[in-house]
Amino acid sequence: MGTLTEEIFTRRLGREVHAGEIVVAPVDYAMAHDVTGPLAIEAFRKLDVPLWDPQRVIMVFDHILPANTVASAGLHKVVRDFADEFGVTHVFQEGICHQLMVEKGFIRPGGIVVGADSHSTTYGALGCFSAGFGSTDIAVTFATGKTWFRVPETIRINLRGALPPGIFPKDLALKVIRMLGAEGANYLAVEWGGEAVEAMSVDERLTLANLTVDFGGKAGLCEPDEHTRAYLGEAEVYDLHPIAPVYRSLIEVDAQTLEPQIACPPAIDNVQDLSAVAGTELDEVFVGSCANGRIEDLAIVAGYFKGRQVSPRTRTIVVPASKQIYMEALARGYIQTFMEAGALVMNAGCGPCLGRQHGVLGPGERALSTSNRNYAGRMGSAQAEIYLANPAVAAASALAGVITDPRGLN
Amino acid sequence: MARLFKFGDAISTDAIIPGRYNVTTDAAALGKACFIEARPDFAGTVQQGDVIIGGRNFGCGSSREHAPMAIKAAGIQAVVARSFARIFYRNAINIGLPVIQCDAIYDAVEDGDPISIDIHSGGIDVDGKMFQGETPGPVAAAIMEAGTLIDLIKTRGWAAIEEVS
Repeated sequence: MGTLTEEIFTRRLGREVHAGEIVVAPVDYAMAHDVTGPLAIEAFRKLDVPLWDPQRVIMVFDHILPANTVASAGLHKVVRDFADEFGVTHVFQEGICHQLMVEKGFIRPGGIVVGADSHSTTYGALGCFSAGFGSTDIAVTFATGKTWFRVPETIRINLRGALPPGIFPKDLALKVIRMLGAEGANYLAVEWGGEAVEAMSVDERLTLANLTVDFGGKAGLCEPDEHTRAYLGEAEVYDLHPIAPVYRSLIEVDAQTLEPQIACPPAIDNVQDLSAVAGTELDEVFVGSCANGRIEDLAIVAGYFKGRQVSPRTRTIVVPASKQIYMEALARGYIQTFMEAGALVMNAGCGPCLGRQHGVLGPGERALSTSNRNYAGRMGSAQAEIYLANPAVAAASALAGVITDPRGLN
Repeated sequence: MARLFKFGDAISTDAIIPGRYNVTTDAAALGKACFIEARPDFAGTVQQGDVIIGGRNFGCGSSREHAPMAIKAAGIQAVVARSFARIFYRNAINIGLPVIQCDAIYDAVEDGDPISIDIHSGGIDVDGKMFQGETPGPVAAAIMEAGTLIDLIKTRGWAAIEEVS
């Protein structure tokens, strides 16, 4: 009985679990990356115990890939040495951790997964309870296979109706953040449902679940259904539904009347209709990230770029979220389209999102990004400005060199 | 006398320590880069035992534990804020940086005011004005008692948390 979160914890612990309880629960996998991993490894070594299960620890090089300085190469070496010493074999350098967790089959409906990265909420798209933690919490999971949770209450968000042409899950997520504010779901789980979510692909749901943490959510879950089964390539029926759930609150959003939404600097909840900022000049456009770097996102951008040139005043950077996505984009001709249009295509990873590599912003520069963070200093100089939008807005804006509504373009 | 540094709402972990400074696990180096762009004079002027007063959603964004590490290493005794982002709160407690939620203090104090805090009771004295911070939950209290999460798990294992749940 209960919300998706309560159902997952109830099954996992073999007893009725309700929101508000503090539980120590086993997890399926614990993930860390090249920035959070070294701190987790240091904390783990202080415990002076064997690794819980080398097959259930995932290490990903993605935030600084390949290493761009001697110092970041040193971080990578700490992770490699740890993996060698403890027999960790799930070590990847082929894309963003969150995309790889899903692609590599670590995420199952009904599972519990922890990651040393805030956007670990992403896996909720498949009906898995997943949350982000710091390095010390992950270190304790490395040692014990468990962590503690205060089982969260849930905000249910029903997205009503069908998405109109030119409107995407990113717009729905930004609209919800606009309504609830940047801490609207702090300490809470979010369930994403309603007709618009039922109609969405798993790729699209990954965007919603990903952005859940950006309004404070501990986890962002979608009910597993036929889309989930098809994505996982299985015939198995996942009988995981909310059963007589009691929600903290119920939010309804009308998808059908939505305009393109844009998060303006310097806060994720400074959201406006795109028309309010159309015409704003841009120095950089970034397509990628764990929010919007998947093949469907690249397909949207390739559709706009085909036979056109990006504005010469705007650096346009495309970063596929994973090698698998990159190779699919190659096979479909998207990479050629991007390059012919004048975009820079970088290796799969986090790209410019966190200001470490590939397109750092200088003072006074302005970027539009399909990522999920626009704090001052996030992508480089604290005097740079970052706008966040869907991939179609990014494509149309790259072509024009100014923030542009894509709905007038074919 | 300890002094307070007052910050606004939505102080992100990117503001506390920008991504490009997270290339070390050395706490002292992180402390020197604390608020390096958001408040460049911070690391040079903070004294051991000073206190940060934050607005709403302090520590939002990235899960980087470098952020509370940097604050602690800079010399800050505790962070008092109107509200904290979940991951930052948990990280701070885990590494032994006291964090206290208190709404009433924010509008009543100025940057640079003298402050003293009783970490255990949550009592705060700013130039004779008294405020009461919220007491931590049972798990946070157990970790604070032990020092850090590593100390707690190393000495008592999960039983320490199971018995307060």
